[in-house]
Amino acid sequence: MLLEKKREREVAIPTSSMADIAFLLLTFFLVTTSLDLDKGLQLPLPPKGTQQEISKDKIATLFVNAAGDILYDDEEIAVNNIKDRLKVRLAQNPDLIVSIKTDRATKYQVFMSVLDQVQLAEATKISIAEPDE
Amino acid sequence: MAINKKSKVSTEIPTASMPDIVFMLLLFFMVTTVFRTSTGLDITLPQAKRIVKLEAKKNVVSLWANVEGDISIDDQLTPVKEIARVMYKKIVENPLIIVSMKIDQGADMGLVTDIQQQLREVNALRVNYTARYGD
Repeated sequence: MLLEKKREREVAIPTSSMADIAFLLLTFFLVTTSLDLDKGLQLPLPPKGTQQEISKDKIATLFVNAAGDILYDDEEIAVNNIKDRLKVRLAQNPDLIVSIKTDRATKYQVFMSVLDQVQLAEATKISIAEPDE
Repeated sequence: MAINKKSKVSTEIPTASMPDIVFMLLLFFMVTTVFRTSTGLDITLPQAKRIVKLEAKKNVVSLWANVEGDISIDDQLTPVKEIARVMYKKIVENPLIIVSMKIDQGADMGLVTDIQQQLREVNALRVNYTARYGD
């Protein structure tokens, strides 16, 4: 069979749409990029001068010492159990006031973990007690 | 005079170089943009699960506190006792400010309590304790 003379054809890929692709990509990123906002535990501070005495049954106290040990109503408790114990008490009294008191030497992370557990238990009235001087 | 026969000339502007122009522009901006270097003090944020996003970035004042006890409000180093004064000026301008407390996880609660008392003095009660998501 006679070989057909191969015609030299120019095979140029049309690049005219490259700019469109670039703009589409840019637009995609412009639209989907979101600035990273800080996230944290929300807890408003009590106004100055508010100190009240509350009766024992309306309040759950959490004491944290310098070593990070936690006392829940005078009973030693591990951090992860706080949520479950509080949930039980909150079911009985949704208006329960949860008071957190730390020592001046307690590490901030311990406080945050305790506060986190209290908020996970869906407590609405959280109070931070001033540490003893 | 015979009108010269108009020769058909294609009047298309060659667009083959458009991507090059786009990339040049992009490169220019990439080179000239200066990102805000990490502001605030060097700290390790604590971890918590119930973290909520801060709303309205314009109302946020960042308060940084590291393990050594240095405090920086909006990139201005402030001694503990001066926090009330600095915050008073800010709250007068904008009563809706939220203080985003970025405190190192190893900081002592004594420092945190002092900061809280200073904030209470000037009624800056909207506080958010910044944390990373985690256990």
